[in-house]
Amino acid sequence: MGLRSYIITRILLTIPTLLLLLSMVFLVMRVLPGDPVALHFEKKATPEQMETMRRLLGLDKPLWTQYIDYLWGLVDFGYFLEHGYPNLGKSMQTYEEVGGQIFSAFPATLELAIYSMIIASVIGILLGVVSSKSYNSILDHLIRGFGTVTYAIPIFLLGMIFQLIFGVYLRWLPTGLRLNPAVDPPASITGLYTIDSLLEGNLFKFFESLKALLLPSLTLGIILSGMFIRMARTNMLETLRLDFVTAAKARGLKESTVTYGYALRNAFLPILTMMGLQFAILLGGAILTETTFSWPGLGRYIVDRINFRDYTAIQGAVVMFGLFVTLVSLVVDILYAYFDPRIRL
Amino acid sequence: MPLLKIGSLTVDYRTSRGTIRAVEDVSFSLEKGETLGLVGESGSGKSTLGLSVIRLVPYPGVIVKGHVKIDGKDIVRLPEHELRFIRGRKVAYIFQDPMTSLNPIKKISAHFAELIRTHEPNVKEAKALERAKTVLKDLGIRPERINDYPHQFSGGMRQRIMIGLATALNPDLVIADEPTTALDVIVQAKILDLLESLRNAYGMALILISHDLSIILERCDRVIILYAGHMFEHASSTELHRNPRHPYTQGLLQSIPNIELADQKLAAIPGSPPNMLNLPRGCRFWPRCSYVMKICRTKEPPLIDIGHNHFVRCFKYSRGRAKS
Ligand SMILES: Nc1ncnc2c1ncn2[C@@H]1O[C@H](COP(=O)(O)OP(=O)(O)OP(=O)(O)O)[C@@H](O)[C@H]1O
Ligand SMILES: [Mg+2]
Repeated sequence: MGLRSYIITRILLTIPTLLLLLSMVFLVMRVLPGDPVALHFEKKATPEQMETMRRLLGLDKPLWTQYIDYLWGLVDFGYFLEHGYPNLGKSMQTYEEVGGQIFSAFPATLELAIYSMIIASVIGILLGVVSSKSYNSILDHLIRGFGTVTYAIPIFLLGMIFQLIFGVYLRWLPTGLRLNPAVDPPASITGLYTIDSLLEGNLFKFFESLKALLLPSLTLGIILSGMFIRMARTNMLETLRLDFVTAAKARGLKESTVTYGYALRNAFLPILTMMGLQFAILLGGAILTETTFSWPGLGRYIVDRINFRDYTAIQGAVVMFGLFVTLVSLVVDILYAYFDPRIRL
Repeated sequence: MPLLKIGSLTVDYRTSRGTIRAVEDVSFSLEKGETLGLVGESGSGKSTLGLSVIRLVPYPGVIVKGHVKIDGKDIVRLPEHELRFIRGRKVAYIFQDPMTSLNPIKKISAHFAELIRTHEPNVKEAKALERAKTVLKDLGIRPERINDYPHQFSGGMRQRIMIGLATALNPDLVIADEPTTALDVIVQAKILDLLESLRNAYGMALILISHDLSIILERCDRVIILYAGHMFEHASSTELHRNPRHPYTQGLLQSIPNIELADQKLAAIPGSPPNMLNLPRGCRFWPRCSYVMKICRTKEPPLIDIGHNHFVRCFKYSRGRAKS
């Protein structure tokens, strides 16, 4: 099978996956106790007002009609052309377009995810390689110990420690928000502040957004790095034992060439695959990180809206997360094929 | 000064289940251009001995005693960065399995270019590739194929490439560790012929490792028989063939099928090699030996010089027999 037909198949397969995910969220939200209309009015409305609201949101219709209506909205191509995002219905809390809200919150999460991923990969691969190279030494044990600690420590705790040290005590870095409120956000091109401010040529805004990003992405990155250390270490240990690594040493190649050009480059492919698989966990962590750092992303959006049983908002956000995870694993597969000469493109 | 001189070399693997002494008190030397065969059953320590010569014994192996002198320099005591100038340049190693000995994500060209430019930093990339192509041509591989990846070659061709990498810098010594075990019979002979012709052309010394005594007798000047890490017999090939002394060697020779004597019986050696974590007391061969004496069960025999550069580790040849 050629790479192109493989990619097309994978993309087509995401449709039933996402549909299943969506249906589950749709059902679970409605089975859970809690009524979005009552929560909206905080019990201060008359029964008539509540009935009107219910009709407005379509909640008076039978469940399957609501479901069909929702799916019908998703494929409303005219709406998509008009707004630039699919019709995910209206929020049951604010009566705004959920699609719009998600598309404005998503870049914040994406930016946090990218930077955390970079930090986790750099720490993970670096320490994993060092650990495997000094197998069974004190350094190896220390690094593995660090990895275990990052598993055990809760995100909000690490986040708060960072906030206390770097924000409150040293006053070096902001403890929340994407950007200092006194600074205007850069014009939205990608929605990622660091990139947009560079595109604008505004270094000041770039550093301001970077400063805001540092603590949340460091928190999430460190928490995830333990898993990456373990993956990198295990794969390196396996690869370092292989014949071609010994053969490379026997040819007198430099230590660094053997470690990076031979061992790491081969260990990298399985590490890459596993990183792709960890992406869902990263997004779970992003939800907690966003809450800790008042980060206006999709994670905080979900947490805010779940309290109000904002069905449509939660459905939209979960599907967006699902789509994101699927796309990342597709990209990882393509990268794998690109890096491994044994897979023909 | 001999090219290689090994003295009382002892190598241990310190495993969690106990210490395996894979090579014990091995001594021999090798002159320039000479060929030496190492013969022994699986687990007898052939690879461990071979890898000790370039100090690449795998973890958790350690050289605990002895010296390995190359041109008079003891590599056991050399700092790691100086070893790099010996590996690949003075001593090259060819591994058993060509399918796994090349980096799967690097082209053949990169393998050669890295080797040449590591040891001769002044050579430009293009020049290195030109040289690599000449090497490939000599090995019977089309030079254009230098841009292919390892998986695009057959096992026999990959072993040719490994031989090319081993000989590209014209080293003084090539160690070939069962270079044909993973290949089919017809390819085996071709690879060994290729190795021999390159050796003749460049005058390199060769240590050929094999579990097949007949191959070694056919292709090497001298033979060392290894058993559970010990040298059991050491002699020239002609001497060993004519006059094998150790009961183990005699057993090995008798189990070589002989085409001329069509219906001879293959005399296999009874039993199996000892457990390296729990060696028998005395001679480590006695449980399988048909000449076993009382002393063999209690004392380890020394390596005995019986003249004509012939050495045997067996009490049968100790002068005046043993005083038990
Ligand atoms: N990495 C290792 N860890 C522990 N023990 C080892 C290791 N490598 C080899 N040994 C042990 O050392 C002994 C000698 O092994 P070695 O590989 O040198 O034998 P060999 O003669 O090359 O065998 P083969 O013909 O199977 O290649 C064996 O008993 C083996 O179990
Ligand atoms: Mg071996």
